[in-house]
Amino acid sequence: MISVKNLRKSFGSLEVLKDISLEVQAQEVVVVIGPSGSGKSTLLRCMNLIESITDGHVYIEDVDITDKKTDINEVRTEVGMVFQQFNLFPHKTVLENITLPMLVVRKWNKRDAIPKAKALLKKVGLEEKADAFPDSLSGGQKQRVAIARALGMEPKVMLFDEPTSALDPEMVGEVLEVMKQLATEGMTMVVVTHEMGFAREVGDRVIFMDEGIVVEEDKPEEIFGNPKHERTKAFLSKVL
Amino acid sequence: MNDFLVLIQEMLDNLGIDFRLEIVVEYFPFFLKGAALTVGVSLAGIFIGMVLGLFIGLGKMIKFWPLRLPFIWYINFFRGTPLLVQLFLIHFAVMNLILEQPNTIASLVVTLSLNSAAYVAEIFRAGIKSLDKGQAEAAHSLGMNKFQVMRYVVLPQAFKRMIPPLGNEFIVLLKDSSLGAIIAAPELLYWGRAAVGQHYRVWEPYLTVAFIYLILTLSLTYLLNYIERRLDTE
Repeated sequence: MISVKNLRKSFGSLEVLKDISLEVQAQEVVVVIGPSGSGKSTLLRCMNLIESITDGHVYIEDVDITDKKTDINEVRTEVGMVFQQFNLFPHKTVLENITLPMLVVRKWNKRDAIPKAKALLKKVGLEEKADAFPDSLSGGQKQRVAIARALGMEPKVMLFDEPTSALDPEMVGEVLEVMKQLATEGMTMVVVTHEMGFAREVGDRVIFMDEGIVVEEDKPEEIFGNPKHERTKAFLSKVL
Repeated sequence: MNDFLVLIQEMLDNLGIDFRLEIVVEYFPFFLKGAALTVGVSLAGIFIGMVLGLFIGLGKMIKFWPLRLPFIWYINFFRGTPLLVQLFLIHFAVMNLILEQPNTIASLVVTLSLNSAAYVAEIFRAGIKSLDKGQAEAAHSLGMNKFQVMRYVVLPQAFKRMIPPLGNEFIVLLKDSSLGAIIAAPELLYWGRAAVGQHYRVWEPYLTVAFIYLILTLSLTYLLNYIERRLDTE
């Protein structure tokens, strides 16, 4: 589904991703963990080219998104993204947040878009908030709307960039619950997170990154139960 | 003069204040006419300035610097030189080149538009830059192209933030339009100067003109405050 080949990313003279290669299979849930500044968010943002790539290739379903001829907007409709800061559009209602991309990107008409959006709101448990503005929602509710908005494009992959890091502790659960449900439905997911419980429980594979490289990747049982690298051990001893 | 004004004139005389109300009364219709033109050229100036300013502001944000340069220098020129110099250049030089018989009102509108465009461009740019980058990123991640991101996500939010500074720019423009008097565009101050010329009296015309400008700018200020409050509660 996603194939990253020899990816490098620099901000000026600072190299944050150093020759990363990895594969994500269809219906797989890959969780990326690692200390702050390890490059895990940047890696995720390179997968839909929200962050430009310095060198290397990223393939989404065999389409090279680094190729200048690729219509990146087309690819992005297949790759949903959920951000740490939610990034809901504050001038639109909850329902309009979800229908806007359906109407302007997918060019669906309102009669199709509105029922779809309402069904998605129901799925994330917020159907009664359709006409509310984002400012009136809690963090957890905002993030669930953001997930519904991304799902509205009917993507094949979902990228989650620390989706619970900006939430109050009591709201983390409701967002993880929605993500778990997505995973059970067979959605392909790449999740950057500090929620080790989620990684262990939902992840098919865990990738540990540090200083711009993939240090170790394996099944969650192996990473958490039997880490091979010193850096993985040191990190896990701090967070668990 | 009606009885009421005669009464006030008598009071002023008794107080020993040398102020001839009849000059104000005589010129009042012209002051009103001039004030209408002042408001008209200012409105035209801000509207044309907003359209031009949007493009110049967007132009200044082009990543490729040789394309950005003309926009930067447009803003530098119109913000870095006196408005009066710009007015002279446009009326006596540029318009003289284009038209056989330069029209003072047209010259004033063109100058105010070009000048306000430079300020509006910076207001637009600041409004767009003040938005969180995440807004555009989220819109892009949903597959919107650059135009759609601007049209549906960035500009609607930026416009709301631009209303207060745009209102201030309009007030500045309204006051600056008085420079039109120097090229004899028949706006408010022009008629003040005409009254001074006819009666060789300075206090009456200039105080009245100042008072009318104050009414215009204060009403605008209150209107803007009202709009800002309305936007806040939305």
